Amino acid sequence: MAVEATARSEELEGYWQRLGCRFALVDAVFDECMKEALTSLSPAGLDAYLDNARFIGKMGRGAEPLLVYLEDAPRVAVLVGEQSLTDLREFAYYMSTHTNFKAIVPFLQTCAAAAECLPTQELFKQYVELVRDMMDRTTGSVHGHHTTFASPGLPEMLKQVPSILSLVPLGGFKNWIDYGIRYYNDHPERQIEYFSLQSADSKAVLQRERHGTLFIDNERKLDLYLRGLWQDPEQLVPYSQVFDSLTKPTPYYDDDGIRVPDVFDDLGDIRGIERYRAALAHMAAHRRWSTKMVVDNWSPFQRLGVEVFEDCRVDFLTMQRFPGLRRLFLALHPIPDERLLDNPEASAIRVKLAMVSRAMLDPDYEYKNTDIREFANRFHEAMAAGESSSPEMSRLGLSFIARMRRQSDLSPNVYFQDTEVDYRDDNRHLWIYLEKGDDEDTLFEHLDIKKKEEEELHALPPRHYDEWDYSNQSYRPDWASVYEMKHPGGSPAKVDALLEKHAGLAKRMKRILDLIKPQDKVRIRYQEEGSELDLDIAIRSLIDYKAGSQPDPRINMSHRTDGRNIAVSLVLDLSESLNEKVQGSGQTILELSQEAVSLLAWSVEHLGDPFAISGFHSNTRHDVRYYHIKGYNEPWDDSVKGRIGAMQAAWSTRMGAAMRHAGHYLKAQPADKKLLLILTDGEPADIDTRDPQSLIQDARQAVKELDRDGIYTYCINLDPKADEYVSDIFGRQYTIVDKIEQLPVKLPELFIALTK
Amino acid sequence: MENKEQYKVRSEPFYQAQGDEVALYEAAYNARLPVMVKGPTGCGKSRFIEYMAWKLNKPLITVACNEDMTASDLVGRYLLDANGTRWLDGPLTIAARIGAICYLDEIVEARQDTTVVIHPLTDHRRTLPLDKKGELIEAHPDFQLVISYNPGYQSLMKDLKQSTKQRFTGFDFDYPDAALESEILAKETGLAIEVCGKLVQIGQAARNLKGHGLDEGISTRLLVYAATLIKNGVETKAACRMAMVRPITDDADIRDTLDHAIDAAFG
Repeated sequence: MAVEATARSEELEGYWQRLGCRFALVDAVFDECMKEALTSLSPAGLDAYLDNARFIGKMGRGAEPLLVYLEDAPRVAVLVGEQSLTDLREFAYYMSTHTNFKAIVPFLQTCAAAAECLPTQELFKQYVELVRDMMDRTTGSVHGHHTTFASPGLPEMLKQVPSILSLVPLGGFKNWIDYGIRYYNDHPERQIEYFSLQSADSKAVLQRERHGTLFIDNERKLDLYLRGLWQDPEQLVPYSQVFDSLTKPTPYYDDDGIRVPDVFDDLGDIRGIERYRAALAHMAAHRRWSTKMVVDNWSPFQRLGVEVFEDCRVDFLTMQRFPGLRRLFLALHPIPDERLLDNPEASAIRVKLAMVSRAMLDPDYEYKNTDIREFANRFHEAMAAGESSSPEMSRLGLSFIARMRRQSDLSPNVYFQDTEVDYRDDNRHLWIYLEKGDDEDTLFEHLDIKKKEEEELHALPPRHYDEWDYSNQSYRPDWASVYEMKHPGGSPAKVDALLEKHAGLAKRMKRILDLIKPQDKVRIRYQEEGSELDLDIAIRSLIDYKAGSQPDPRINMSHRTDGRNIAVSLVLDLSESLNEKVQGSGQTILELSQEAVSLLAWSVEHLGDPFAISGFHSNTRHDVRYYHIKGYNEPWDDSVKGRIGAMQAAWSTRMGAAMRHAGHYLKAQPADKKLLLILTDGEPADIDTRDPQSLIQDARQAVKELDRDGIYTYCINLDPKADEYVSDIFGRQYTIVDKIEQLPVKLPELFIALTK
Repeated sequence: MENKEQYKVRSEPFYQAQGDEVALYEAAYNARLPVMVKGPTGCGKSRFIEYMAWKLNKPLITVACNEDMTASDLVGRYLLDANGTRWLDGPLTIAARIGAICYLDEIVEARQDTTVVIHPLTDHRRTLPLDKKGELIEAHPDFQLVISYNPGYQSLMKDLKQSTKQRFTGFDFDYPDAALESEILAKETGLAIEVCGKLVQIGQAARNLKGHGLDEGISTRLLVYAATLIKNGVETKAACRMAMVRPITDDADIRDTLDHAIDAAFG
């Protein structure tokens, strides 16, 4: 310490005294920080800087806040004005006095990055207010404790700020925060997960707020592009860049499909969709014209060289085929600065390659470097003869690397500026390694492994459905996970016995069913030639004839057959309450439901409509079970009867998710009319939802969605108290069966009335 | 007797043979075998028949079939006139009387009972009974029946009966390959062959999308339209959009893709 102190110049020593600080750690970096501050701040700013730093040092929260402040504050001041020097200190103090002192360091650490994304004083102020607001709302007290608890999510969120602000505008950031507070304010662990961008819905909400061209909105366009212009039906798989900001994955393709980023921002004048098309065109060109090369003996530099030449070859061929892409490719191709080559200290290998690439693609671009020009000419000679080939390019690439090699290429200080060609993929498809190397790219393998584990847990991978949040009038993305499985089978004897019991009823119903069975005759009038004379028209024609005008010759009529065209899906609520006994009879609601469903299935089978049966129950939003009992085209046979006989009731009723899932199958049915019947004995509810209105409103929203898809929803409710909510959900499309013991009679009757 | 001359094809229609179809057709005509031409819309079926009629110097009577067409629309019917009724021959009857080539275009569109009336004309009998009139027409020695149909429509409802199909010899048409198609465009419209090549390239992009939202790709006929517009001074890309993209799709994604194909091809 003593040595350092003496080494300090007089001027700096004065500043050090003003800071009035004794932390050894601070002492070590102070000089460097001051040097930067002196060059970037005005004298007034320098005063403010030192005063505020002194204040932070004396706040009593250790050396670290001061260290970070000293290092980062000048940068912020340059970006958004020197007023921020005081603002930062004030807010740090505010945090410190409001129990959130743990967040001071992350806040100061990321404020420079935030200021870079929000480079005006106005915006930066808004950002600080946003953080303050978030902190106030998540800092709370627990009933019965006399202390205030720090915000659990705040430090985590602050750590994520740079990556979040680079993706979404400030408004989107605010929406993302609001969402997190609304749902996780009273659940500290979940709150941390949300604000550290680990939970799925956190990512989904962020994705919703993003700017740029999303893959998901343009998937079909890109697929059509690949098919139409390249006759390449390969599958497109998006990957996310958000959560992998360090490695910055580039597009690539392998046996499993073509991987493209989930979003492309506009780049200058180039729209996101154009960038997608450029990337796809480049990969499609590789797929058409490139051949694999054995590269065990090549150095990384050699590979780099070969791939640039090969990339240029396929780009060149693409531009020959589609001259319109030339503008796009050249706009996305950087123009490297030739002067960088002169620096002996740094490795300019990438610059050289980018230069030769530019020169090969853009004949108008003149470089002074003779080697670059020579290789560009050799490339054009090779291409003048035709398509050339990958091996020819590899020879060119290898000799380029040999020619251009300099000692400085090995320097760790590599120029990356203006050397990355935006639309090119990583060319992993070009290489064949005879021996397994250690630089195999296994970027996505861990994801595949994870997926496998999930699949092992359940038979079918879960489907995620949004859920409607009425208090906020928006969807919670991918909220409910629906697991579909076949209902375990049992003995069909039980259902046969039930049908036996209702033989009398079945006989009565058969008569009704025969009446409404499709009669298959529809009259077509105005036929010149038909099976019968249509008297009305014939007489009119005769009158015309007698009156001397031209009679209508179409005086016959004929018939055509017509059938019913209704697809029906019956969804059964299998929640715990079905196990209750019905008053006045020895049967549980479940048993009566079984009877009713059996009779209904029997009658629908008789009518021949496509008919599906499924059951559902839920145990929180993470586990909604959807049981397949009968499919649309499955015959009414013993295995279906067995499944109905084996039905079990448990857990709760998350109706909206089940309805959406059933609706998604029903939507795919080709019928003219689609009917979704829901048999339930109570209101929608689940143990993870306290607000009773929440799931009711969600179910109502699900009914609206289905209605939009042309599906008619109808509820048969067995709850005597259902009047309170059922019309809220289903409007007027419901029936309440008060006497549950009549259900087996009522249900088929209802069905017939509905579809007559 | 009807005026035979009015049905003659007066000047030579441009037709570019894709293979040996001209010689094969002549062979079929010499034996008076009925002919069926198949292929997607706008690939040159009708033009081929017109060309052959001109080459053989025979009258050509073309009937565009539609759903409401009845047998009497083909064969003829009694019309009322001041003194009672008068018989009017239908196009098929006229063709059989004067010895013309009768070309029933898009035969599957017609109702199945209609297609049956052609049966006696298409086998060894070569007769046409007019049951309403009580007359049996012996077909003129030069008479030949040709039908066209577009297998793209094929649905359960719209297909020819086996008994009808098996009365015809068949020609399969398809869009010509790229080089030939550009040549056709160039000859038909007088546009430079390079531009025609690019039009064909766009057309092929659309044909690749058939079944992915397009029912039919861009036909040679539409390419000719586009080439004609360009030849008449319409801006290239605007002409392509107008003649090749807008008519065939209302799907925004496909329109966007094809517009991009135009941009990519013309730069």
